[in-house]
Amino acid sequence: MRAAVAIAALLAASAAPAAPPLPDTMAQRVLACTACHGKEGRAASDGFYPRIAGKPAGYLYNQLLAFRDGRRQYTLMTALIDPLSESYLREIAEHFAAIELPYAAPQPASATAELLARGRMLVFDGDPARQVPACVACHGNRLTGVLPAVPGLVGLPRDYLNAQLGSWRTGQRQALQPDCMAQIAKALAPQDIAAVSHWLAAQPVPAPAKPAATLPAKMPLDCGGLAP
Amino acid sequence: MTKKHWLAVFVLLLALLAGAVVVLNRLDETPLPDAVPPRGAAAADQVARGAYLARAGHCAGCHTARGGAAYAGGTAINTPFGTVFAPNLTPDTKTGLGAWSEAAFWRALHNGRSADGRLLAPACPYPNFTRVSRGDVADLFAYLGSLPAVAQANRPHTLRWPYGTQAALAVWRALYFRPAAPPAERGAYLVSGLGHCSACHGSRNAWGATDGALDLRGGAIPMQGWVAPALDDPYAAGVAGWTLAQTVALLKTGRNEHAAVSGPMAMVVARSTQHLNDADLLAVAGFLKSLPQRPTAPVAASAAGASTMALGERLYADRCADCHGAQGEGAGERGPALAGNRAVLMAAPDNLLRIVLGGGFGPATAGRPRPHGMPPFATLLSDTEIAAVVSYIRASWGHEAAPVDTRDVNRQRGG
Repeated sequence: MRAAVAIAALLAASAAPAAPPLPDTMAQRVLACTACHGKEGRAASDGFYPRIAGKPAGYLYNQLLAFRDGRRQYTLMTALIDPLSESYLREIAEHFAAIELPYAAPQPASATAELLARGRMLVFDGDPARQVPACVACHGNRLTGVLPAVPGLVGLPRDYLNAQLGSWRTGQRQALQPDCMAQIAKALAPQDIAAVSHWLAAQPVPAPAKPAATLPAKMPLDCGGLAP
Repeated sequence: MTKKHWLAVFVLLLALLAGAVVVLNRLDETPLPDAVPPRGAAAADQVARGAYLARAGHCAGCHTARGGAAYAGGTAINTPFGTVFAPNLTPDTKTGLGAWSEAAFWRALHNGRSADGRLLAPACPYPNFTRVSRGDVADLFAYLGSLPAVAQANRPHTLRWPYGTQAALAVWRALYFRPAAPPAERGAYLVSGLGHCSACHGSRNAWGATDGALDLRGGAIPMQGWVAPALDDPYAAGVAGWTLAQTVALLKTGRNEHAAVSGPMAMVVARSTQHLNDADLLAVAGFLKSLPQRPTAPVAASAAGASTMALGERLYADRCADCHGAQGEGAGERGPALAGNRAVLMAAPDNLLRIVLGGGFGPATAGRPRPHGMPPFATLLSDTEIAAVVSYIRASWGHEAAPVDTRDVNRQRGG
């Protein structure tokens, strides 16, 4: 009886009138990504799943490999992409990198003026005493990232920035060697992580928000994974 | 008999048993030559054959750690008895197989005994590999010898006492392991030998042993939360009702008209079976099709309550129907049919729940290089909602599979 039902169901399925052909798009293929990262990858409202739309393709590709290879830890993400090829992961990265969407207004700053001033100073001047370079030296003067693989730092929630710097500090998040961000996160004083995150999260994203094509000067640190 | 006599009989029996264990552990074993012959460069065609066999055996699945160097080991394999760490197979002299002879490698695969004489933990499926031919073992060894040597020390296993002891392993082997000859038929050879399908698709007893290299009656994959469905059951993953081409398509591209692979099998297709040549895939398909079938027709169950079904129906229309069809009929490449899908109807709802919770892309294969992905609903729906929608699809379109409840969902969220 069960077999008859199952077979009848199968027959019914195959005998159904042909539906109109569905559009075959990348957006369709990556619904698994946008379910958490928001429509077209514009970020979820909870601040946990970051925006992926418009980030440099090289950066997104490096993150996909990092989840696959265990340099970043999120079981759901790793299991999701595990059976994919590198060429398809790159295509997925390029798909989201090419999406241009407006950014939401920044979070209102909730820190003291003193902390915000410290954050601003770290972003533009770094902390030479601790050998921390300025954020802008690698992430671009407009902080929108640099092609092909340096991400922007504006337009991200404070919690996300804090969590990433914290994980880099503890080794929970790693990048390809030499892992320059790990060096920086470990050199930063803990209160300086909060200062940078608070200031960055309160900045509006400049228009256009595209990553810069090049950096004006050589990067102050050696970083892995930046080759196109 | 006096007490003394009884004691003597007992001691004698014990000695006999111990002797039997020792003898059974040495069956079909030849001593290794004293000197290790130098490992010369192997011919390119032998290395290529070995590379193919390594894929057929999915050796990298355990011996290449996530993000680690190829075949340098280090992967933690969780078992109910503790954790086993896959060893380094690269030709590094100190930490890998650099100092091994081909005879020692043969003995490891055929007899489950390491070069230093220790018995291997059967987490490495040597009860299957014992069936691999001497020639294929030599090719595999030549391939591993051609890899870059990686200095990476093996991590000692952390099995709970007494499971990791040589005595316990000897007793286990006396009970459950016999060296065997390669099956003559190619499909049986691949399925029961290198392919080690029974390692997941077999049913393990309390001591972690399957019923042999051809035990394909399905079972829970230890520690992973997935169930490997029976390959000899038309209601599970048996292929007796499929054409050979349909089975080949599943192993080669991850999908066919009736099924889509997910979870651990998606990795097997991505890393192993898609790389098999058509002749071997046909042999595997033919062998699986010829298996004596043991149908376990599921018992029809009544559907969940009306309010759960209503919630499930609403969620299905909202979240699932775009890709799986309003009536579960599927939508081509976007999503497989759910109506009549055996993964939906299996008595154990574990896999279905894991697929809904974790989502996932199908395997990227040469035949289907850009697969669609299913969203992970773990972050989007509550336990109540997932239980409702899963119960709904198990009881719609003629289905009569038992509903699931929130505890089932919660258990699968755990790991």
